Amino acid sequence: MAAMAVALRGLGGRFRWRTQAVAGGVRGAARGAAAGQRDYDLLVIGGGSGGLACAKEAAQLGRKVAVVDYVEPSPQGTRWGLGGTCVNVGCIPKKLMHQAALLGGLIQDAPHYGWEVAQPVPHDWRKMAEAVQNHVKSLNWGHRVQLQDRKVKYFNIKASFVDEHTVCGVAKGGKEILLSADHIIIATGGRPRYPTHIEGALEYGITSDDIFWLKESPGKTLVVGASYVALECAGFLTGIGLDTTVMIRSIPLRGFDQQMSSMVIEHMASHGTQFLRGCAPSRVRRLPDGHLQVTWEDCTTGKEDTGTFDTVLWAIGRVPDTRSLNLEKAGVDTSPDTQKILVDSREGTSVPHIYAIGDVVEGRPELTPTAIMAGRLLVQRLFGGSSDLMDYDNVPTTVFTPLEYGCVGLSEEEAVARHGQEHVEVYHAHYKPLEFTVAGRDASQCYVKMVCLREPPQLVLGLHFLGPNAGEVTQGFALGIKCGASYAQVMRTVGIHPTCSEEVVKLRISKRSGLDPTVTGC
Amino acid sequence: MSLCPGWAGPLTVEKPRPNPITAAWPRPRPHGDPTPPEDLSAAVWSLVPALYAPCASRGWCCSGWPRLETPECLSTRPLLGPFLAGRAVGHGGVKELFSSLGVECNVLELDQVDDGAKVQEVLSEITNQKTVPNVFVNKVHVGGCDQTFQAYQSGLLQKLLQEDSAYDYDLIIVGGGSGGLSCAKEAAILGKKVMVLDFVVPSPQGTSWGLGGTCVNVGCIPKKLMHQAALLGQALCDSRKFGWEYNQQVKHNWETMTKAIQNHISSLNWGYRLSLREKAVAYVNSYGEFVEHHKIKATNKKGQETYYTAAQFVIATGERPRYLGIQGDKEYCITSDDLFSLPYCPGKTLVVGASYVALECAGFLAGFGLDVTVMVRSILLRGFDQEMAEKVGSYMEQHGVKFLRKFIPVMIQQLEKGSPGKLKVLAKSTEGTETIEGVYNTVLLAIGRDSCTRKMGLEKIGVKINEKSGKIPVNDVEQTSVPYVYAVGDVSEGKPELTPVAIQSGKLLARRLFGASLEKCDYINVPTTVFTPLEYGCCGLAEEKAIEVYKKENLEIYHTLFWPLEWTVAGRENNTCYAKIICNKLDHDRVIGFHILGPNAGEVTQGFAAAMKCGLTKQLLDDTIGIHPTCGEVFTTLEITKSSGLDITQKGC
Repeated sequence: MAAMAVALRGLGGRFRWRTQAVAGGVRGAARGAAAGQRDYDLLVIGGGSGGLACAKEAAQLGRKVAVVDYVEPSPQGTRWGLGGTCVNVGCIPKKLMHQAALLGGLIQDAPHYGWEVAQPVPHDWRKMAEAVQNHVKSLNWGHRVQLQDRKVKYFNIKASFVDEHTVCGVAKGGKEILLSADHIIIATGGRPRYPTHIEGALEYGITSDDIFWLKESPGKTLVVGASYVALECAGFLTGIGLDTTVMIRSIPLRGFDQQMSSMVIEHMASHGTQFLRGCAPSRVRRLPDGHLQVTWEDCTTGKEDTGTFDTVLWAIGRVPDTRSLNLEKAGVDTSPDTQKILVDSREGTSVPHIYAIGDVVEGRPELTPTAIMAGRLLVQRLFGGSSDLMDYDNVPTTVFTPLEYGCVGLSEEEAVARHGQEHVEVYHAHYKPLEFTVAGRDASQCYVKMVCLREPPQLVLGLHFLGPNAGEVTQGFALGIKCGASYAQVMRTVGIHPTCSEEVVKLRISKRSGLDPTVTGC
Repeated sequence: MSLCPGWAGPLTVEKPRPNPITAAWPRPRPHGDPTPPEDLSAAVWSLVPALYAPCASRGWCCSGWPRLETPECLSTRPLLGPFLAGRAVGHGGVKELFSSLGVECNVLELDQVDDGAKVQEVLSEITNQKTVPNVFVNKVHVGGCDQTFQAYQSGLLQKLLQEDSAYDYDLIIVGGGSGGLSCAKEAAILGKKVMVLDFVVPSPQGTSWGLGGTCVNVGCIPKKLMHQAALLGQALCDSRKFGWEYNQQVKHNWETMTKAIQNHISSLNWGYRLSLREKAVAYVNSYGEFVEHHKIKATNKKGQETYYTAAQFVIATGERPRYLGIQGDKEYCITSDDLFSLPYCPGKTLVVGASYVALECAGFLAGFGLDVTVMVRSILLRGFDQEMAEKVGSYMEQHGVKFLRKFIPVMIQQLEKGSPGKLKVLAKSTEGTETIEGVYNTVLLAIGRDSCTRKMGLEKIGVKINEKSGKIPVNDVEQTSVPYVYAVGDVSEGKPELTPVAIQSGKLLARRLFGASLEKCDYINVPTTVFTPLEYGCCGLAEEKAIEVYKKENLEIYHTLFWPLEWTVAGRENNTCYAKIICNKLDHDRVIGFHILGPNAGEVTQGFAAAMKCGLTKQLLDDTIGIHPTCGEVFTTLEITKSSGLDITQKGC
C-alpha cells in the first residue's frame, strides 16, 4: 500500500479521497512512477463517445482502465452527465427534437390521411424538453453502469497533465488526485465557440450546450452560424412553431456539397425559417423588457440593422477542449491555428504513448461513430495485437435539417477538383416521396445525386440524398461505396417500391445531358 | 437428343479479342463455296444486341468488349433472312431446308474463322444453346436443327421468314402494368412502333380501375399510402410525448383517406396515358387474345373486336387475387382489388391468408382502430425468413391484430346487407374437426394470386404455360417457348413478383430486342420490404434457405435487437426491432442474407442491397462507419452471433 502515498495538494479533500480510494481499491501513483508500477494500463481523458469506446474495449481485453470525465459548465451554467457531446448536447437530443418537429409535420399531414385532428396543434416545449432530458439522463446512467460492469474506474474530475505519464485531476470540491498510466488517450472533444469579440455575446447568448437543457421555450430565436448545428437547431425550432431566424455570414454547410447545401436552405426558407444572408452580428443588448436586441451589419452594404429576440444561439463552430489539459507538460503538440491535437495515422501524438481521438484531433471528421471506431481500433492495436488502421475515407453522415441531407464520399466540387470536370459524371433526380402526394407537400427540394467517374465502369465517388429518412437511406449505400461500387452495379440493384431510396438505383439522367431530372410515374 | 449434336467444345484459337467493329473476321476464305455475305461479322453483331447481355453474368461488357454497348457498333444493318452459325462439316440439313423454302441463308462457319471461339461463346451466352448449328431468322433465335424443323412443321419458320414490315406493329404488349409500360416506353424511345393492350376485368365485386396495373391501382401505391395513414395514427400518439398538445380522441375517417388516395391514383393513371401518348405508343383499352401466329384479337368493353399483328409480343398481364372456391366467397368477400377503393369503412374485418398482402392490409386496418382478425392456414409470409415472419406477426398481435391459426373458412353467409353489411364466416380447423363461427362486417381474401394467362389464346400459338400455376416459363432473356413472344412481370415463372423487377426486366427486354443494350435482367439479391406496421426489409436468402443451400456449419449469423431513438421518448417498446445478417464462412463471410425489422425498413434495406451487389462482407460492414443516430447503423456494429447463444436484448441505451 505504499503507493497509497497519493500526492494530494488539496488538504480539504484529502481524507475523503483516501477513503474513497481505499474502498475502490485504487492505487494512487507517485510522480514519475516507472512502467509496471503505474496505476493503469490505460487512462482515458474524456468520457464521450470515443473515450468510452476506448475504455470499454480495453477493459474487455483485460486491461486496467480509468476514465476521467468532467463537464465544465457552459457560460450559462449548463452542465450534464457522462457520455460527452453526442449523448448530452449533440446527436441524441438534437435528433429527438428533430423528431418532435417532424411529428409536427406529420400532425399536419394527418387530416389528409383521414385523421380528424383539429389544427393548429400547439407545442409545449417544457414537456418535450423534460422527455428528452429524462432520456439523456437515463443514457448517462447507462454509461455509468456499463463502465462499472466492465470494471472501468470512473473519475468525475477535471484532468491536466503533470508529466507524460501522469495526470492530475481536480474534483468538483477542489480535491486533487494524481493518476498515472502506461498509455493515455485524449478524447476531450470540443465545445461551442463564443464570438467573444461581440459585445454581449457571452452574457446573453446561448449555444448548443444550453438549448437542449432549457426548461422554458427559447421563444423567438436568432441562430447565428451556418454550420450543421446552426441549421439543425433552427430547423427544429421552426418545426415546433417558434419564430426562428438564421444569420449566415458566408456559405451554408461549409465542406458539404454546395448545391445540396443551398437546397437545404431553400427548403428551410420555404418552411418558415427566416434567413439573414451576408450579415454579421456586432452586439447583443438586453432591453428593459428582457428581450435581446441584436445589432448586425450587412457585410456587402455595410448597413446596420437591429432585431429583437428572446434567445440568441451561437452556432459558429466548435473549439477543441485542450486548453486546460496542460498538454505542454507532456509534450503533446497541437496545431497553432486550431489548438487541435496533431496525430499520425495510428492516432499517435508527438508523445509515443499518448494518443488522441475524436473531435479534439486535427483533421478528423467530427462524428460520433468515427470517434467510436477510431477508439476501438486504437485499443485493439494497443492491447489486442491488431494492426488495423482507421479508414477516414468515405465516412457517411447526415444533417438532420427538416428535410434531411445524407451524404457519403466526395461532394461534386471536390470530385471535379480532384478528377477534372471532363472526368466526372453526375447523375441526378428530383423525386417526390409517395407520402408527400396525398399530404399535398411540396417536394421541390427532394433531390438525389450520385457523383461518378465518367470512364466505365463509372466508379461512384459520392452520393448525396436530400429527403425524408436520409440517414437510413445513406447508410447502406455508404457500404456500397466502401465496396467500390460502380454506377453500373448500383443501377443493376433492383429498387424497393415504393420508397425514397429506390430513387438512388433509378438514377438515369446525367447533368451533362441537360435533360429534365424530374421523376415522373412510378 | 439433338439430331445433330454438332460441336460443343471450346475452340482452341487464342487470339487477342477483336474490336467488334473493325475486326476483319471472318477473313475471306482462300477457296470455298458461297462467299460469305459482305461483312458477316457486322451481321452477327446485329444479332447480338437483340439477344445477348453478358454484363449481368460475366461482366464482359465492362472488361472484354467495352464498346459493345456503344450505339455505333450496334447500328449495323439488320440481318434479314436466316442466319446460321455452324461448322463446316455439316448443318443437319438446315441449309437445305432454307434452300427448299427458296431462301438464301447466311452461314458462318465457326471453325473456319478467327475468333470463332469467341463467337461460339457469345452465341451460347445469347441463346443458352451450346450446340451448332445455331439458327436465327430475322433476328429471332430459332434454335438448333430440331427446333428449326419443328418450327418449319408448325409454320412458325415461314412466319418468321416474312418481312417485319408485314406486321402492324414492331411490338405489341399485352398488359399495361409496371412491366408492360416500361417495356412499351423503352421500345418507343428506340423508335419502334408499339402498342399496349390493357383491359381490367372487373373484380367479382365490380371494382375496376385505370391504366397502370396492380402496383399503381390495387397494390404498392395505395397500400403504402394506407400504411402511411396508419403510421400517422401511431405518430399522433407519439407526438403527445414530444410536446404536441391536442385532444386525446382522434378519429379516423376512411372516406377522406380513400378519396385522397384514389385522387392520387387517378393522377397516376392519367400520367401513364400521357406518357404513352408523348412517346407515340398506341394504347388500346381492350382485352387481348392470340388468334394465330403474330396476330392478336382485341376486344373492347362494348365487345367490338379488332385484330392486330406484330413482329414480337410481350405478355405482361400480371396476376389477380385468388378466391377460395367456397360457398359465398365471390358474392360476399372482397380482395385487395376492392379494398383500396371501398366507398365505406370496412368495419370489423376478417383477413383470410398470411401472405404479405394479408398482413399489410390487416396491419393498416388495425392501425385505423378497426377490429381485425387474420385467419392463417399454416405459416406466415411463406418464402420469407420464418424467424422474421413470426416477429412481424407477434408485433401485430401486440398491437391489436387477432390471429386465428390453423383455420380455413368453409362458408360465408350474408346476415345483413349494408355498407358494410354483416357476414357470418364458418371455418374449420386444419388439424381436427373443430369448427368456429364468427361475424364480421368485411371478409378480405388474401390467399394468393393467380396469373392471367388462361384466357388469352396462348395455346393457339403454342406458348407453354405451367399448367398448375398458370405462369409462363421463360429463359434468362424473358423468352417464352415461342421465340417471338416474351413475358415479363408477375406472369413469368420463377421471378420475384415485384414492381421494380418487372420494370427493370421490361426495360432491359426492350433494349435487347431493339438493339440498345445487351444487358440481361439480374434476378439475384432482389431486395424487398413488407409494409406491415413494423416494416420488414430483406435482401438475399432467408435463414432456412441459407441453411439448406450452404449447411448450418458454414454459416455465421449475426443478430441484435435494437431500440430506435425515436421510440425511446415515445415510450414504445424496447427489444422489438431486430436486425440479422447471414454470412457464408466459406466465402470471406460474404453477406448472403440481410434482414431488418424496424421503422423505415425499406429505406434502410435499399442501400445494403446495392452493397450486396458489390459483394458485401462482414468485414466491410465492420469497417463502415455508422450514421448516428439511425436504425441503419445497427448493421455496422453487429457483434453477437446466433451460434454463441448470447443475450441480444438491449438494456438502457
